[in-house]
Amino acid sequence: MSKSVIEMPPKGGFSFDLCKRNEMLAKKGVSPPSFRKTGTTIVGLIFQDGVILGADTRATEGPIVCDKNCEKIHYMAPNIYCCGAGTAADTEAVTDMVSSQLQLHRYHTGRESRVVTALTLLKRHLFNYQGYVSAALVLGGVDVTGPHLHTIYPHGSTDTLPFATMGSGSLAAMAVFESKYKEGLTRDEGIKLVTEAICSGIFNDLGSGSNVDICVITKGAKEYLRNHLQPNPRTYTSSKGYSFPKKTEVLLTKITPLKEKVEIIEGGDAMEE
Amino acid sequence: MSIFEYNGSALVAMVGKNCFAIASDRRLGVQLQTIATDFQRISKIHDRVFLGLSGLATDAQTLYQRLVFRHKLYQLREERDMKPETFANLVSAILYEKRFGPYFCQPVIAGLGDEDKPFICTMDSIGAKELAKDFVVAGTASESLYGACESMFKEDMEPEELFETVSQALLSSVDRDCLSGWGGHVYVVTPTEVKERILKGRMD
Repeated sequence: MSKSVIEMPPKGGFSFDLCKRNEMLAKKGVSPPSFRKTGTTIVGLIFQDGVILGADTRATEGPIVCDKNCEKIHYMAPNIYCCGAGTAADTEAVTDMVSSQLQLHRYHTGRESRVVTALTLLKRHLFNYQGYVSAALVLGGVDVTGPHLHTIYPHGSTDTLPFATMGSGSLAAMAVFESKYKEGLTRDEGIKLVTEAICSGIFNDLGSGSNVDICVITKGAKEYLRNHLQPNPRTYTSSKGYSFPKKTEVLLTKITPLKEKVEIIEGGDAMEE
Repeated sequence: MSIFEYNGSALVAMVGKNCFAIASDRRLGVQLQTIATDFQRISKIHDRVFLGLSGLATDAQTLYQRLVFRHKLYQLREERDMKPETFANLVSAILYEKRFGPYFCQPVIAGLGDEDKPFICTMDSIGAKELAKDFVVAGTASESLYGACESMFKEDMEPEELFETVSQALLSSVDRDCLSGWGGHVYVVTPTEVKERILKGRMD
C-alpha cells in the first residue's frame, strides 16, 4: 500500500521523520542548534494557608538573553500551578499537555483536580522519554487533602517537600530558604521570603534575571502576581530616542490596500422569477 | 559550523501604534558563496498575518508549505482567517512535534489581531514561543539585531517612523554579519494597507 501523498494532520505525539536527515547532517560536521533554555531560578514553599510559587523571568539562548520578561509559572488547574526550568519548549509543551489532561479528568470525575494527579501525569510522561524531554518542574497547589509542593526532575523522579528550588539559580535560592524558612509562615512573610530567594538567584546566577513573578495558592483562591518586583528597570534609555532625518534608500515601494470583507445583509430582497 | 549558518538570514519584527513592521535581508548563500540576492524570507499567510522564516532555507520552504496547507484547511473548516495568536500556536505545535529531529528554522510571526492590535512572536527551532511587546529578532545577525533594536525602539511609533527605525536597525545589524545582507525587504502593515519596500544596502 503506497504512502498517502497528502499530509494529513497527525494523530499526536512526536514525529521522528527528520531524525535520519539530521543525523546525516551531524556526521558531516554540522552542529545541531541550541534550544532556548530558561536558565532560571524557580522556588516554592508551603505557608500556613497554602502554597507560594516564585520564578524569575529571563529566557536565554546560549549566552544571549532572548526574552527579558517571560512567564515561567504555568497554569495547570484553577488550584494548581507549575514553574518550569530547562528547555523552554519542553516545559511549555509538557505543562500545556498535562493541563488539558487534567481538564478532561475534571470533566470525567466532576471533582477538583488533585496535585498528585498532576504529579503522576507529569512524571510518567517524563520517565517515558528517559530525560530527553528536558523539563525540571516545581509543582504546587491546594486541593481537598491540603497544600502540596513537589519537584519533578527531567528523568521522572519526584520529591515532596515543604520548600523547594530548581534551575541554575537553585543553590542561591536554597541558601536563602535554608537560613530563613520556618513552619507556619504568614502570607506576607512567605511572599517576602520567596521574593528574597528569587532575588538571590537573579543577582547571583547568570542564567536568571529580570523580574520576580509570584503565585499564591490558597484553599479556593489563587493570586498571580506577575512582575511582583522589578529590581532591574531600564534606566539608560535617552528620552529623546533616535531619530533618522536622513531617510533609508528605498529601491521599490508596493502598496496593497487591504480589501474590506464583504458584509452579509440579512433579509435582503427576495429573488425575482 | 552551525546549521543556521549554512544559508544566513536576518529577520526582525517590531510593533508600532496599531501597526507592525516585519523585515528581512535578501541574501541566500551556501556557506560563504552568495547564490541569490533577492530571496524572499517573509511570506503572507493571509491579509493580516505575515510569517518570516530564518535558518536553513530548505526547511523554511517546506515548513512554509505545510503551514499554508494547514491554514487553508482551517479556512475551509472555520470560514474565516486565523488569528495571529492561533497561528503562532499552530507553528509552535508543528515545530514541537519534531522535537527530536527538528526543522532548522526560527520563525517570526507578525499580525494584526482583534481590534487591530499588533501581535509579534518568535520561536526557537522546537517551538518555544516568545511573545514580546516591542520587537523580536531571528537569524545569524540576531545578536547585532538585539542590540540595535534595544536602543532604537520607541513605544507607539507611527508607520513611517516605524519603517525608518526597522530599516536602520536591520541595515546596521546585517552590515556586521557576513552571512546576511544585500539589502532589505520591509513590510509595514496597518489596518488599511500593506506597504512593501525594498531597501538598498551594502552589496557585500
